[in-house]
Amino acid sequence: MFSVLGRIFKTGCLTEKLPAHDQVVEQLGSVCRKEISRIFGGSLAIRMVDAGSCNGCELEMHALNNSFYDIERFGIHFVASPRHADLLLVTGPVARHMQAALKGTYDATPDPKLVIAMGDCAADGGEFGVSYASCGAVANVVPVDVVIRGCPPNPLQLLEGILQLLGRSGR
Amino acid sequence: MITQAHLGWQSLSPDVESLVLLLKDAGIPTKEQSKIQGPVKVVMIESVFWGKAAAVAADNRVRWCAVWAEHRPPEIDIFAAMAGRNGHLLLHTLVPDQQGELPSQTPFFPAANRPERYLRDMFGVHFFDHPDQRRWMRHQAWQEGQYPLLKTFPLAGTPAEMTPPDCHYPFLAVEGEGVYEIPVGPVHAGIIEPGHFRFQAMGEDILSLEEHLGYVHKGIEKSAEGRDVRGLVRLAGRVSGDSTVAHAWAACQACEAAVGITLPRRALMIRGILAERERIANHLGDIGACCNDVGFTFAQVQCSRLRELWQRQNAAVFGHRLLMDIVVPGGVKGDLDAVQLDFLHAAIEQLRSELREFLPLLYEYPSLQDRLRTTGVLSLKKARSLGVLGFLARASGECWDLRRDAPYVPYGNMVITVPHSLEGDASGRLRIRGDEILVSLDLLEEMLKKLPAGEVAMEFPAVQGDCSGFGCIEGWRGEILAYVHLGEGGRVLRYFPRDPSWLNWPALEVMIEGVIVPDFPLCNKSVNGSYSGHDL
Ligand code: SF4
Repeated sequence: MFSVLGRIFKTGCLTEKLPAHDQVVEQLGSVCRKEISRIFGGSLAIRMVDAGSCNGCELEMHALNNSFYDIERFGIHFVASPRHADLLLVTGPVARHMQAALKGTYDATPDPKLVIAMGDCAADGGEFGVSYASCGAVANVVPVDVVIRGCPPNPLQLLEGILQLLGRSGR
Repeated sequence: MITQAHLGWQSLSPDVESLVLLLKDAGIPTKEQSKIQGPVKVVMIESVFWGKAAAVAADNRVRWCAVWAEHRPPEIDIFAAMAGRNGHLLLHTLVPDQQGELPSQTPFFPAANRPERYLRDMFGVHFFDHPDQRRWMRHQAWQEGQYPLLKTFPLAGTPAEMTPPDCHYPFLAVEGEGVYEIPVGPVHAGIIEPGHFRFQAMGEDILSLEEHLGYVHKGIEKSAEGRDVRGLVRLAGRVSGDSTVAHAWAACQACEAAVGITLPRRALMIRGILAERERIANHLGDIGACCNDVGFTFAQVQCSRLRELWQRQNAAVFGHRLLMDIVVPGGVKGDLDAVQLDFLHAAIEQLRSELREFLPLLYEYPSLQDRLRTTGVLSLKKARSLGVLGFLARASGECWDLRRDAPYVPYGNMVITVPHSLEGDASGRLRIRGDEILVSLDLLEEMLKKLPAGEVAMEFPAVQGDCSGFGCIEGWRGEILAYVHLGEGGRVLRYFPRDPSWLNWPALEVMIEGVIVPDFPLCNKSVNGSYSGHDL
């Protein structure tokens, strides 16, 4: 018990301010807080759907929850059911075996059904393209609001993409 | 009672040469064939002996690793990889591409069950005596009677506008009063990959679990065909994103063996550094995640912090947080200068001193260990019969490690400690992974110190004619195999990556019997199979 407390004390608070030099993110950050409280009652619920990724994108999504990025401070959190979600964060090319599941998840999400396609695969099929087994881009299966490029996008790019979407949907 | 003497099955299994003799002694005519280059011995046998060869191997404590095929009209080549004490033997046979059939190896090696069903779905090869005639990889994206990996099947296929969900997979059901079924997935309630789990439960206890995978099948093998080696290795680095270094390395090893080049030692040593860094990052992340699944968030916060720092170092030194696309055919992208070497040295020191304090805390913390101990037990016997790999095998007392048993450069001259335990439970797996980080830190330190001078890459030569190669790398999840066949102009004719998840997924079904439903996420995480690496 004391060793745990000692360790916590030693680690201290790690959560970082968004990079000061990055004016865009700073501005988006304030828009984001405002928009989340205006449109989503203070919290934005994200349901993540892996539609066929290599799992690289998921690793970076996980990183958003670590102490350095701590995405919850913006009122953004991941939820277990699409019925509780404002936003679907979709990774991977859409494997044909996942096409119906992605469509079903989209249908189960209440309005405004925001969708972010995360990563090069979700953007245009990436290395996997379109084939007998892959539908390619997420936009080939459900409507997409914002595309975040990268293979995988790093946590900051991911955060930026989410904030960008909020800025846009607030307008 | 398991004793130390029962450990190290591999020391009891025959070396590859003796295995060939054993096959001959059993009356199986073998023809040695050396078309496939790399750290492997290949023998050709008649397809009628396919089952018998497996029987001989199983009797002699050989580990079954993989089966794959390649369509060369009008025939299909079939390969099965087995591991003896000192490396791999490939059995090779031919069947016609129309109604090809051969005996199954599953009756002797349960590990062959799903891979053989996969071949049936993808090539139309029929394995008789196979105990399970259900499809495995085929859901509804292509029809029965269509075989995507035949050369006659176009990459684009003939998919419907909307692929229907796979609602009617014939799961095995348990009947009886009070038994109920829990279907889970393919979309899961967390940030994880998709797959379907079907539980039969009674009260809190799980009676059985059946996995149904294949949801992220995206045609990796088919889309490899026709690429050049660079494109192939880029793809290989995305077979399973968490093992990008290991898969890319295995694919490179196969390509480099195929064309017969030997890389500069500096290049291989840097690959080793990348592979150990990948191992550490994944172990850190998963140790945290296992603890989180039993509500011990403190460990999750600490591990994700260490992992993040580690990934930032990757970005700073190698230019990519997950180390994607750093391993390239002919070497690695980018050299390390003195400043970077110092930086990497310091990182090792820092992580080691943190873990020396942190790991013992995890290993002993009563309320954590109370949940982990005796949860999800995989016995040594089961681990052997399923041929499981990596830390999963080592936690059950089965300690294969290619870095030690069939070493490749840079591991040949190093002393590789292979942590193992006998418990086979979630606690054992957590401890093995923690200990493996410490071993990897030592290896990293040694490699950084001994990094030889020289080039970090060489020109990948123009490919003349047909050639094929085999690669095997100890990834963080276990042994990764790769087979590459290059044709005219260096274009890929066939690529097959065997992720360890193929062999590790079935173990989850076994260890879960009798476990309570709320402990499933922990067990699942403590195995952490890759869906993508399996589904291809
Ligand atoms: S974008 Fe890159 S990391 Fe993400 S799923 Fe595709 S290949 Fe993997």
